[in-house]
Amino acid sequence: MRARLSALLLLTLGALAGCAGHELRGTGDLGVVIERASGSVQILDTSQRASLGKVAGLGDLSHASISYSRDARYAYVFGRDGGLTKVDLLTRRIVRRVIQGGTSIGGAISPDGKLVAVANYEPGGVKVFDANDLSLVADIPAVGADGTRSKVVGLVDAPGQRFVFSLFEAGEIWVADMREPRQPALRKFSGIGREPYDGMITSDGRHYAAGLFGEDGVALLDLWNLDAGVKRALVAFGRHGEKLPVYKMPHLEGWAATGSQIVLPAVGKHEVIIADQHDWQEVARVPVAGQAVFAVARPDGRQVWINFAYPDNGTVQVLDLPSRRIVQTLTPGKGVLHLEFSPRGEQVWLSLRDENRIEIYDPDTFARIGTLPAESPSGIFFTVRAHRIGL
Amino acid sequence: MALIFGSASADSPRIDPERQHELVRLVRQDCGSCHGMQLHGGLGPALTPATLRDKPVESLVSTILHGRPDTPMPPWKSFLSEAEAAWIVDSLQRGFPDAR
Repeated sequence: MRARLSALLLLTLGALAGCAGHELRGTGDLGVVIERASGSVQILDTSQRASLGKVAGLGDLSHASISYSRDARYAYVFGRDGGLTKVDLLTRRIVRRVIQGGTSIGGAISPDGKLVAVANYEPGGVKVFDANDLSLVADIPAVGADGTRSKVVGLVDAPGQRFVFSLFEAGEIWVADMREPRQPALRKFSGIGREPYDGMITSDGRHYAAGLFGEDGVALLDLWNLDAGVKRALVAFGRHGEKLPVYKMPHLEGWAATGSQIVLPAVGKHEVIIADQHDWQEVARVPVAGQAVFAVARPDGRQVWINFAYPDNGTVQVLDLPSRRIVQTLTPGKGVLHLEFSPRGEQVWLSLRDENRIEIYDPDTFARIGTLPAESPSGIFFTVRAHRIGL
Repeated sequence: MALIFGSASADSPRIDPERQHELVRLVRQDCGSCHGMQLHGGLGPALTPATLRDKPVESLVSTILHGRPDTPMPPWKSFLSEAEAAWIVDSLQRGFPDAR
């Protein structure tokens, strides 16, 4: 009995020491899940398949995303209410928090890790902060060539210490060169198409693509050759034929780029499009269970996991890329909002908003290998993103 | 305008409590993906009592049911009856109930 008690005491002391941060550890197997209704995040561990704790007080996270510091220790959380919060994954504390705008949609970190940029809907524009202390470095109001102040969408980092983003109302793509952080050099492309609703950059950092809501296709910018201007691609993609109402905008950050092929949710269609990443020509279209929101490639590029908008948000499908067939349909629970692979893809984590839990699957067997409680979970972000262009 | 608003509130449609609960969740979660979970706006405009106060009820109900052409606002008529849309408009104008 006494031996057992002292063992328990030792365990407790060990746990306390861990909490106090005395135990050295890396962050490469950590991540964050957003709890959208409660303004909190949980710190996740993909080795233990466990939650390490909760950090609260992050404001309105009903739409939120994260970029990581280059040392993968800090998460920059971009909240709906314009809040920008720097969270320390190791101490599980808020390091700094600023309210930098009215409503915001996302953000990005510069290639050198020194600048954090936030895309704002209201007031429309991009604000750039010092990644260390979140002090304001530059303010870029998004006023288009027609004088319209626009919501900013699809903000990503790009090689050459640049940020790239799109203007929803004005229909423009801007490239901000941040080598002089306080004086961004802007290159503006107008007339790129109606209502770009999100943007993404390919994993090699070469192509920036903005999905268009107001017309078919994507606006494509070759960042290796800005003088060539914006071209239209995949015009057949999108709302050809019967137009279905769109209940949730697809997310292009989740466009699955596998190196040679890219998988895109078709706006207003129960289809995903497979395109060649080199020439941006359509290769195939695959019927799926609903309107895709995220199409996320397993890190080896063999499978793409897809979730769907309301009312099909209880379903997840797995597309096998070599055969271009749906090889699995899962119904993990209500409100599947997001999915994220562990760095080498042996696990995939799903957030089930309406079930208040996270499910962990083995993508080889499709077996559920874990479940964790979470309050209205939405985005899941693992630290592997710290070292990827555009995330 | 105040009169229209007043009469709409008085005739506020009857929806059973279980369905009300579903509608609150739908508005907060699914409408919230564009209008914000707190309904303070996002890609879509804010849906707070202050922003909706002066808008005619009929046009708001119609926007919910049929969407708004040339904008991302989709029609919700496959999921909502007219009475349910009217209940949502009424609740939004009064200050929308919390989901939890």
